[in-house]
Amino acid sequence: MLGIINGEVYDPQNGINGEIRDIWIKDGKIVSADEVERAEAEIIDATGLVVMPGGVDIHSHIVGAKVNAGRKFRPEDHRDHVRTRTTLTRSGSGYTVPTTYMTGYMYAEMGYTTVMEAATAPLVARHTHEELEDTPILDKGVFITMGNNHFIMDCIRKGEREKARDYVAWLLGASKGYAIKIVNPGGVENWKWGRNVEEVDDEVIGFGVTPRQIVSTLAWINDELKLPHVPHIHAINLGQVGNARTTVEMMEALEGRRAHFCHLQFLSYGGKPGKRLRSGAAEVARAVNEHPNITVDVGQVIFGPATTMTSDGPLQYRLHQLTGDKWLNDDVEGETGGGVVPMQYKRKNPFNAVQWLIGLELFLLIDDPWRVYLTTDHPNAGPFFRYPQVIKLLMDRDYRAEVCEGLHPRAKKGALLPELDREYSLYEIAIITRAGTARALGLKNKGHLGVGADADVTIYAKLDDKEEMFARPHYVLKGGEVVVRDGQLVRELPGRTLYVAPPYDPGIERDLRAHFEECYTISFDNYPVAPEYLPHGEVVPCS
Amino acid sequence: MIVGNVVCPFCGCLCDDIVVTVEDNRITAVEKACTSGRSLFLNVHTQTAKPTVDGKEVEWAEAVDVAARILTDAANPLIYGLSSTASEAQRKAIALADLLGATIDSTSSVCHGPTTIGIQVEGEPTCTLGEIKHRADLLVFWGCNPAESHQRHFARYSVLAKGKLTPGGRRDRTMVVVDVRPTLSTRRADVFLQVRPGHDFELLNALRALLKGQDLDVDQVGGVEVARLQDLVERMKSCRFGVIFFGMGVTQTGGKHLNVAELVALVAELNAYTRFTAMPMRGHGNVAGADCTLTWQTGYPFAVNFARGYPQYNPGEFTAVDVLARGETDAALIIASDPVAHFPRRAAQRLAQIPTIVLDPEMSLTAQVARVVLPTAFYGVNAAGTAYRMDNVPLPLKKVVDSSQPTDEQVLDWIIEKVKTCSA
Ligand code: SF4
Ligand SMILES: [Zn+2]
Repeated sequence: MLGIINGEVYDPQNGINGEIRDIWIKDGKIVSADEVERAEAEIIDATGLVVMPGGVDIHSHIVGAKVNAGRKFRPEDHRDHVRTRTTLTRSGSGYTVPTTYMTGYMYAEMGYTTVMEAATAPLVARHTHEELEDTPILDKGVFITMGNNHFIMDCIRKGEREKARDYVAWLLGASKGYAIKIVNPGGVENWKWGRNVEEVDDEVIGFGVTPRQIVSTLAWINDELKLPHVPHIHAINLGQVGNARTTVEMMEALEGRRAHFCHLQFLSYGGKPGKRLRSGAAEVARAVNEHPNITVDVGQVIFGPATTMTSDGPLQYRLHQLTGDKWLNDDVEGETGGGVVPMQYKRKNPFNAVQWLIGLELFLLIDDPWRVYLTTDHPNAGPFFRYPQVIKLLMDRDYRAEVCEGLHPRAKKGALLPELDREYSLYEIAIITRAGTARALGLKNKGHLGVGADADVTIYAKLDDKEEMFARPHYVLKGGEVVVRDGQLVRELPGRTLYVAPPYDPGIERDLRAHFEECYTISFDNYPVAPEYLPHGEVVPCS
Repeated sequence: MIVGNVVCPFCGCLCDDIVVTVEDNRITAVEKACTSGRSLFLNVHTQTAKPTVDGKEVEWAEAVDVAARILTDAANPLIYGLSSTASEAQRKAIALADLLGATIDSTSSVCHGPTTIGIQVEGEPTCTLGEIKHRADLLVFWGCNPAESHQRHFARYSVLAKGKLTPGGRRDRTMVVVDVRPTLSTRRADVFLQVRPGHDFELLNALRALLKGQDLDVDQVGGVEVARLQDLVERMKSCRFGVIFFGMGVTQTGGKHLNVAELVALVAELNAYTRFTAMPMRGHGNVAGADCTLTWQTGYPFAVNFARGYPQYNPGEFTAVDVLARGETDAALIIASDPVAHFPRRAAQRLAQIPTIVLDPEMSLTAQVARVVLPTAFYGVNAAGTAYRMDNVPLPLKKVVDSSQPTDEQVLDWIIEKVKTCSA
């Protein structure tokens, strides 16, 4: 039993905005005051401190085949960024692509207790789960890439969307995934022919379906299966000048169905294709404001080193050609593809500077904080442990102006950002970093401090410098256990892996056996990830 | 009892369609496997074996105790092998290395270690084997001989496989082999380029030059006529989907990692014309898994040292052969491999001089010189676990017959617990 008393509590889900409250914890859950014996409870005196639910990251690349390939081919990333073993914790290395144990520790030290791995090909989901088991403290889930899946595209062409629905239900259960992920729908398949898609109605080679059909079918399936999250969409033309238009068209293609658009910064580019990059943030933010069915995360650029890694094969090849840096590509049979390319974001690079501006403009132009979330698409736009800097940029207009000063002059010319006065409040920060993300993910016991919630709690010193404040919380509790005390990691616990197991018509398995015989190099029986791979697994119900 | 869809743990193909017949807890028949796979399944013994210390049989608790003491007393312990055990055990081995401040290395360092270094320089345009099965119309095998080393590769994944865009199998593909001598694989090829030993880099470099449209003012490169190289470049540019599979003939000759970097650069450049990929022919059943697990726990796939309390990577400094040959290693834990049989003499001798501990289902040559021998269950035959195919696709190894031996993972867990109490 544990009590956090006299803290300044920010719990937007329950409408608590900086009021002084006591929080009581028993058996890993938040309970009401009368359920605890105060005399027996450990008391954390939070007088003068800020109390929030543990952070919930909706989109980060922390484990699995692509992340590991990134680690493997970037020793230069790790050399100067190491973590020494202690009697409690494992050692590790890596800056933009840290090792699994280190990732768990660093997120916890930043006050985050739940993180979603943003993309895994189901064929290699077993690998992802092995790494998740080696990622301590955090509760986690995995999004399963389906936007270029042969079985689904075949079903769409044949008009068999119920069959596609049963397949998706089976696939999520088989791969122990949490949500449907769509990456460059159709474009990754076309990349296997050295091509891409450019419009929402372009054709996928060999399948006769379009990005629009893929997205709308999966959105329908998501609603049918009542999945806790919505389809998580990385739209077409990511990173291309002028993609704001197709991003808005993709939102419209959903015809009101719910969806999440990830790392929107990379998809809000104005200007004419082939010409110089201009911000398309105003146009895209307007579309978000007008589509209440849409949530987004930003993918804010952080100046400094990054590692781009997506399932978007053609994008990664283009980045390789652009930077000339080493290129990793991985096409996955019948399912998806992907790649990894190192990156450096520079203030003095006009393209990078505009990217940076676009991200902040989106944060400030999207009206409803419940629908826009803080991410850096780690490690694509920058590493996750720089979130505190983004928080400072959002909360502190003067700091924003100061950083703006150092940008390439061409990027600053005519930029919208200097005119935006809005500053985020602590309440809004609590929304975009935990309450909103937990709600979007359908995690009913996360992101708030009401009775029955998981006792994941972060306690910060109240400092003027918001970057400092959010970088090193005083206390972090995970499931009611103190894991960080006085800013120090004091405990290593295993985290849970959250997944869904929606029901499906078992008749689908006959079709799937035939499909596997024809399309895969492994057998149907060896494909599903057995529960033994998730000793800390937990099914999140669909409803 | 007949067990289907069994994964053969022997080589990097990890064929997962093996059918095994079990009678009285003995394997009596094996279908679909190649000769290597068959003999693996048929020769795994199931009788109980006790651990030994200095050649004398002891109880497990005592053997683990001695092993833990040897490792904690050592100043520079080495953990080596890993490529024929399951990833579950590999993860424990790395945890033990971290705890001890040891050096840890896998058999990668003597086969595809240079591949890793080449990839760290130039990248890795690759794909899963199914993409090759379904799409590839041009297959180049460079410095490898799968007809003997990966016997079902051609049938399941490459030359003979019938895929979506290659329904005619062999008919729909062109097979090119580059090697220093004729082999069983070159006999199957449409085009065989015999390169002079040690000249792979020149050949790769010449191909890159020709791809860029440069004229070569020589008639031949590395023993191959330029006209034939030009022909290969044209085939590469005009194919639908191409792949270069490469083996130790590329990674362990001449410029080693420079060869690999050059090969990757060529493949990357070909993507301006068509889709092209590269794939190392990984040998041991789970050598790819050793790379994976080491990477996610330490950041590096082989040659890792924890002496400073954090992982450091340096091939040549922290590779097993080197730490042994320099006499730095003062105790060794060898997991599922036989370095005494394969290492250069000086490195192998060192293993006989220092206290060596062996975890292996087989009585290897290394086990014969070891102080402590811990006979474990055979993953994929009498224990379940995970292995990564040569294209990093993870597969579940099955337990098809029972064994009273503990697994590598269990034994490593016991040692870890013991080391923790020893050092506390
Ligand atoms: S090719 Fe390799 S994996 Fe397949 S049966 Fe033969 S030895 Fe086993
Ligand atoms: Zn992402």
